[in-house]
Amino acid sequence: MRRAVVAPTTEPALVQWGLTLAALGFVGIFLVLPLGTVFAEALAHGPAAYLRAVSDPDALAAMRLTLITAAIAVPLNLVFGVAASWAIAKFDFRGKSVLISLIDLPFSVSPVVSGLIFVLLFGLQGWFGPWLAAHDIKLIFAVPGIVLATVFVTFPFVARELIPLMQEQGSEEEEAALVLGASGRQIFLLVTLPNIRWGLLYGVLLCNARAMGEFGAVSVVSGHIRGLTNTMPLQVEILYNEYQFVAAFAVASLLAGLALVTLAAKTLLEHRFAATRAAAGKD
Amino acid sequence: MYLELRNVDKAFGDFQAVSDVSLAVREGELVALLGPSGSGKTTLLRIIAGLERPDRGQVLIGGTDVAGIGVQYRQIGFVFQHYALFRHMTVAQNVGFGLRVRKPRPSAAAIAAKVHELLHLVQMEGMEHRYPTQLSGGQRQRVALARALAIEPRVLLLDEPFGALDAQVRKELRRWLRRLHDETGITGVFVTHDQEEALEVADRVVVMNTGRIEQVGTPEEIYDEPATPFVYQFLGNVNRLPCRIDRGQATLAGLTLPVPEFSGLSDAPGIAFVRPHDLDLAVGDGDGIPVTVRHVVLMGPSVRIETVDAAGQTLEVEMSRAHWNALALGPGTRARATPRQMRVFPGEA
Amino acid sequence: MGEAVLRRKAWTRPGILPGFGLSLGYTLSYMGLMVALPLLALFVRAFGGGFAAFWRAATAPRVIDSYLLSFGGALIAAATNVVLGSLLAWVLVRYRFPGRRVVDALIDLPFALPTAVTGIALTALLGPGGLLGRPLESLGIKVAFTPLGIGIAMVFIGLPFVVRTVQPVLDDLNAEVEEVAASLGASRRQTFLLVILPTLLPAMLTGFALAFARAVGEYGSIIFIAGNLPHRTEIAPLLIVIKLEQYDYAAAAAIAAAMLIASFAVLLAINGAQRWVCRRSGRI
Repeated sequence: MRRAVVAPTTEPALVQWGLTLAALGFVGIFLVLPLGTVFAEALAHGPAAYLRAVSDPDALAAMRLTLITAAIAVPLNLVFGVAASWAIAKFDFRGKSVLISLIDLPFSVSPVVSGLIFVLLFGLQGWFGPWLAAHDIKLIFAVPGIVLATVFVTFPFVARELIPLMQEQGSEEEEAALVLGASGRQIFLLVTLPNIRWGLLYGVLLCNARAMGEFGAVSVVSGHIRGLTNTMPLQVEILYNEYQFVAAFAVASLLAGLALVTLAAKTLLEHRFAATRAAAGKD
Repeated sequence: MYLELRNVDKAFGDFQAVSDVSLAVREGELVALLGPSGSGKTTLLRIIAGLERPDRGQVLIGGTDVAGIGVQYRQIGFVFQHYALFRHMTVAQNVGFGLRVRKPRPSAAAIAAKVHELLHLVQMEGMEHRYPTQLSGGQRQRVALARALAIEPRVLLLDEPFGALDAQVRKELRRWLRRLHDETGITGVFVTHDQEEALEVADRVVVMNTGRIEQVGTPEEIYDEPATPFVYQFLGNVNRLPCRIDRGQATLAGLTLPVPEFSGLSDAPGIAFVRPHDLDLAVGDGDGIPVTVRHVVLMGPSVRIETVDAAGQTLEVEMSRAHWNALALGPGTRARATPRQMRVFPGEA
Repeated sequence: MGEAVLRRKAWTRPGILPGFGLSLGYTLSYMGLMVALPLLALFVRAFGGGFAAFWRAATAPRVIDSYLLSFGGALIAAATNVVLGSLLAWVLVRYRFPGRRVVDALIDLPFALPTAVTGIALTALLGPGGLLGRPLESLGIKVAFTPLGIGIAMVFIGLPFVVRTVQPVLDDLNAEVEEVAASLGASRRQTFLLVILPTLLPAMLTGFALAFARAVGEYGSIIFIAGNLPHRTEIAPLLIVIKLEQYDYAAAAAIAAAMLIASFAVLLAINGAQRWVCRRSGRI
């Protein structure tokens, strides 16, 4: 512990030790053990079984679909996040606070409901279902439905990182660029974008993690067609329910690996972020 | 007139920030907009730059109305209060920005040469590769100025240019800005709430209050002949004494003085304004306001004496140390205060 | 008002920058298509058959039991998270120990780990033959396939919320305030209860609300460990999936709408409580 002598604004060493141990024990049992379980179960029958499981054609198809989904959903929400935060941070208009809370709405909607709403719109019994069926377009129980549900669920991530950041940075630099003769495009590319790049990357990172890992919403719209509409999380479920535990945990371990990479990148970014913010604060 | 404002109005919601302001600035002149916060001076500066649109009125630069000309095309140098340096660009990139975004874009060598010339002008050579966070406040200010000058602006506008600096740096930069202006001969307008700054740096001072212009004049005119009670109070210390105005005569405790400009008023209330250094104290009988010395403060070569008159009104007097020594005034001394210069305005105290 | 007011307000500072119409227009149309329209479809479907039909579908006994489980479990889990999360935040901010940065990064694991992975990992760990399940079972505690297992999954996924809302407030807490309290004779316990805790309370409530909202709708990390017995361990989101698999879209929509309304009511109540706390401590 930091101090041997107990200062009036700290706790006795014993209390400090006790609290720290309790916290560490909790993190160990609650966070580390489940994570370890994923890798332990995946390798329970040795590396060969593991490799066989992750190179299974269905598993590979699931990985491909997960990557495609993220590759569509993330850029869409990136563009939206930038547009929304530009409108909200740089301008004053009526209903702005309502708009900000509406952006957060998908966070308080159950993933299952997030999938359901698209079934209600585009499913066979849905609003546009008959029309889609007549034109032989399949959205639900197909890839477009999975993408739509993923977009809805990951919709707020980029915007909610950028809005506070851009509000904090204000508009003075943009105004300065304007006075110096820069066009709207030049202002955005040369002044705004460099200032928000870390926040943007941070939002994209979280958005991507959720897009690749989403289960509930995607499960409702996918139809679980093997090799066609199964993303990695859905593949995990199917394998698990078929008691193919090693295979289920092998695919899960890839997702867990993605989560760990995300956490590491996030921690790194937070440092860059803190540095930029501190620099901005000195102005 | 090089820069001209005609009947400019600007409101934010219910708040009238600028009302009916007309102003003319000659080519090569350096003008200060002086006023308390909320007096509309920054809004006026932003209107000239095109960062705000006036609700009514015209802005003319070089004789043409700039209403239809966007900020980007006005060719105006604007130095923001907190400098607004691009934090991810070096000093050289900041200064060169206005040239880089110009169409057609000058060659890299031409930009580099211009940047070098400007950094020499603002005495920032050797700092090209520093980032804004690695600079002191005064250095940032000079970079901001160089950046604004890079586009060879027709008018240079500065918003509280020294506001964020500490006292010593402020003083140095003030003189430096004046010199820079004399060297470049650029037409400039700067906003300040610091009277000393306005009086020291500007050719002419525009005093603003609640969105209106109170007075325009040279620093001498503004200080010696304030046109309104507001200007009197805003610039320097002043004593306010209630008086009565009656057919060209103002009467206050123990004094009468002629005010021919108010000969139309009869028995109206008024306020007499007199600066502490325009009051003299004398001991013994004679004319003047009878006062009692309450407190004496020595301030280096001068002395500030706080006195009260019969009505309990505080009167501040400032005099040289030698004069004070000769008078031998101390707390409790009775004396007579006589104004050397005084101005009366009608109105309740 | 509308148009004219919008335009006038739009020109207030800093309205001179370009791109207002484009960015706001894009934002509104994207949100309209992606959020407003689908949610509208949900409510139209839920109430389309009349209120009586909605009420019948949304209040069937099996459904009511699932609400009780989802909402009750979420409230208990969120409350647990307030205690555990505040403890973690306190230790992370106030104490220095080896590996602190790693622990700090790990806190976000429940955010980053896909819920299906969480679900099967918790089940494997706490299930009958699991590393923790076996010793617990020998103590007579059954976790998997019971409400307790559901609660643990809910605590897991809600954990980061309280930590991440309390942490910055604790970071910003001015040490001088604690020193003043000590110099005025307060014991450490009094300082904590009278000075520190009230400052943290609004952040704790925010964390509670976020953890609750997450747990109430959670699906993936729960269904594996829940056992999914009707009336006992069947959460409301699962029931929506079941109705959907039976092609009973109206009932699925009714349950979903009822859940949304109920969770917004709870969130509003928490918001109100937070406002009250803030006003009482003069921070509004």
